[in-house]
Amino acid sequence: MTYRLHINGQVHAIDVPGEMPLLWVLRDSLGLVGTKYGCGMALCGACTVHVDGVPQRSCRLPVSSVGDSEITTIEHIGSTEIGARLQKAWLDTDVMQCGYCQAGQIMSAAAMLAVTPKPSHAEIRATMAGNICRCACYNRIENAIRIAAGLEPGGESHDKEHTDVV
Amino acid sequence: MWSERRTFLKASLLAGGGLALEAFTAVPARALAAAGGAGALATAAAHGELTAFVSIAPDGIVTITAKNPDMGQGTKTSLPMMVAEELDCDWAQVRIVQADADTARYGFQMAGGSMSTPTSWMPMRQTGAAARAMLLQAAAQQWSVPVAGLTTSSGRITHAASGRSCGYGEVASAAAQLAPPAAESVPLKQPGEFKIIGRAIAGIDGPRVLRGEPLFGIDTRLPGMLYAVYEVAPAHGGRLVKANIEAAKRAPGVRHVVPIIGDGNADSGLADGVAIVATHWWLANEARAKLDVQWDLARAKGHSTEAYRARASEALAKGGGHELRRDGDPDAALASAATRVSARYDYPFVAHAALEPQNCTALFKDGKVEIWAPTQSPGPGRELTQKLLGLPALEDVTVHVMRSGGGFGRRLMNDYMLQAAAIAKALPGTPIQLIWSREDDIRRDYFRPAGWHALEAGLDAEGRLIAFTDHFVTFGQGENTARGANFTLTMPPADLIPNLRFTQTTMPTVLTTGWLRAPGSNALCFMSQGFLDEVAHAAGKDLPALMLELLGEPRVIPPFGGRGVPFDTARARAVIEKVLETSQWRTGATGARGAAGAARAKGFAFYFCHRGYFAEVVDASVADRAVTVHKVWVAGDVGSHIINPFGAENQVRGSIIDGLAQALVGQAIDVVDGVVQQSNFHDFPLARMPITPAIDIAWVHSDHPPTGLGEPSLPPVIPALTNAIYAATGTRIRSLPVKLPAA
Repeated sequence: MTYRLHINGQVHAIDVPGEMPLLWVLRDSLGLVGTKYGCGMALCGACTVHVDGVPQRSCRLPVSSVGDSEITTIEHIGSTEIGARLQKAWLDTDVMQCGYCQAGQIMSAAAMLAVTPKPSHAEIRATMAGNICRCACYNRIENAIRIAAGLEPGGESHDKEHTDVV
Repeated sequence: MWSERRTFLKASLLAGGGLALEAFTAVPARALAAAGGAGALATAAAHGELTAFVSIAPDGIVTITAKNPDMGQGTKTSLPMMVAEELDCDWAQVRIVQADADTARYGFQMAGGSMSTPTSWMPMRQTGAAARAMLLQAAAQQWSVPVAGLTTSSGRITHAASGRSCGYGEVASAAAQLAPPAAESVPLKQPGEFKIIGRAIAGIDGPRVLRGEPLFGIDTRLPGMLYAVYEVAPAHGGRLVKANIEAAKRAPGVRHVVPIIGDGNADSGLADGVAIVATHWWLANEARAKLDVQWDLARAKGHSTEAYRARASEALAKGGGHELRRDGDPDAALASAATRVSARYDYPFVAHAALEPQNCTALFKDGKVEIWAPTQSPGPGRELTQKLLGLPALEDVTVHVMRSGGGFGRRLMNDYMLQAAAIAKALPGTPIQLIWSREDDIRRDYFRPAGWHALEAGLDAEGRLIAFTDHFVTFGQGENTARGANFTLTMPPADLIPNLRFTQTTMPTVLTTGWLRAPGSNALCFMSQGFLDEVAHAAGKDLPALMLELLGEPRVIPPFGGRGVPFDTARARAVIEKVLETSQWRTGATGARGAAGAARAKGFAFYFCHRGYFAEVVDASVADRAVTVHKVWVAGDVGSHIINPFGAENQVRGSIIDGLAQALVGQAIDVVDGVVQQSNFHDFPLARMPITPAIDIAWVHSDHPPTGLGEPSLPPVIPALTNAIYAATGTRIRSLPVKLPAA
């Protein structure tokens, strides 16, 4: 069956079985490979996208359920104001190690800041608990979210960091 | 030491103009011998391995080749920093390209063992310094002035006397005509002159990752590419009997179903399996249910966690074992001891669970195979692939090294590369991308092997440790241990006390075992520093006091048996003193350390591995059988310089949380008749943000060449945690993962 998907401001006509998770439509039909496969069970958050602004695990989201919703992926998040702020904070503080989970981390953080512009320490931890970082860059993820939100860097998990970026 | 290996330089003119400078370093005789003196490595040995490759284009852009894979450990950024430092250019001028696998050219290309930093420190800097010297000489000739009158800064050459200046690119082609200097003769900067080394520089691939650009192996896209799964036996070592090929072929999107008989090498070769190739990976994966495969699982019968545990228990009760090391007379010393302490420790199989599942893209065409792989070990993968496919020459295999979404030692094995190559060979002309499901990835890991220890220590009347024995039950055949299952003969208190014995008993396993970040050390440190904490308590002191007493006078202890790395007790003492200071251990700012029953307390541990000295203190509390880690203090000595504080601190923070996860979130692999029982992150959990403690890192700089940070900070955090739990609750944790008894 053919589905007309609204992705990153464009409409794509896709002919795939309706049960196929959106993740594989993005990756294998459209070549939007920024959204990552990690577990296929909505356990790790690497595949997080926004569906009408709401964070969803695309590995468990049948394409037939998406309808006319506007889908935003990591490839497009930098064109949003919050997304751009997060990307800058991420780079300024060198958050990532391997980087594989980071698209999902950014998408979850962006959705959180859209609803909660100044999240508390507990809110950040509760929201971001759904996104696994196997390299465990958690101190810096929390810190970068605080910076992007215009909060004081730091928080309980954060310690002195070198910041003299070249 | 690598720093003493000779480096030779070779200059050439770039195709579009500009200077190309290559640094070849002699292949270590031992490495060559280990490789059997054959094949591509022998070719590399003839001219040396290419350790550094830098080019300067006419526009001044400096391109540095990263020869080793990057899986998040940051060497793709930190090694080029060494070159750029001595070249004296701006970091903004630098571009970094990833090299393909080419053993004949690069020698060993591997990311493992925390080896990249120590092996690169001299050659990388020498190459940068030599390129700068050649550029200076070219400018001096062009301007007819003495070299001594020239200075460099930010990629420009200035002649102060005449006011002339030019960018590196303007003289790069002229420099390419000059003979390069002898690498050892080029003066290097004094540490005080460093502008790039020691600065926090963000990882080179960061912007591309955050824009979601294709970068990882799994992101490879080729025209006409299809996606594959490879169904293997549920039990390790299983053989394919038959499968319903036609039913799977009829599933939506499926283009090919290919049964493959492996090479019979269940450990590191190609396993039997059935490949399903489809238009979308998800469709291939869904079609697995239709295969209805019959497997011969006889080989795995009886290989169960419970059976292993029972055998280990029996072996420990029986005693004996193969003697690995004996110093003095441990039996007599134990017999004469005023106090004897004994305990048994164990730890489970653990999977790596890198977040990017194993995957590999391959195209077989005209008798050659081209491979795109996230691998830590591309050179060996290339040779294994050539052998498996029976291709005449190594050049028939091209391996493009892709960024890896985590490695942790898993991608030192290339089993997934062999599978992709075999599938591609069955479908000539069609590029295929093999992706393992998470379930495949957990069940077919090269697991950190489980282990069991019976320990005994003897204290004299003054409370000094005079004897120590460890009977280790591990996996292997006879005296040969399975991969990653070997003992460390220099594990403290070895070399620090007079009477000591290490013995070992092996049993076979069908599970594939391998190297997990800080192999050996990640388990042995838990066991030995946990037990020494017990010994310290029996002697009426704390573990740091016992360790400082054992370390004694500053001295360098040569490696046991003459091979390996010397141990410097002064460096060990310095990190211990440092962490006691930063954690306020002696003043006891938090909790009632050492007082059993306190809800919150600190624990300490020390370890030396991968050339790094690390002492760590964990502040933890226990309530309702749940452990909370509040803060971890780390003191580390990895030599004279931290190349990139950004990357270095990331490695330490990641290692600390990785170690805490091994202890706290329930990571254990169980097996029943060769079938791994865990499959995904619900039953093999990873660390999540809420367990993250505050982490305080203090560097102790010593006058030694810098060494690597991928691994050595991990091991001590586990016993520091379990020692803290003991101090807080009186419960001694002798088995991982941590399970606290009901109140």
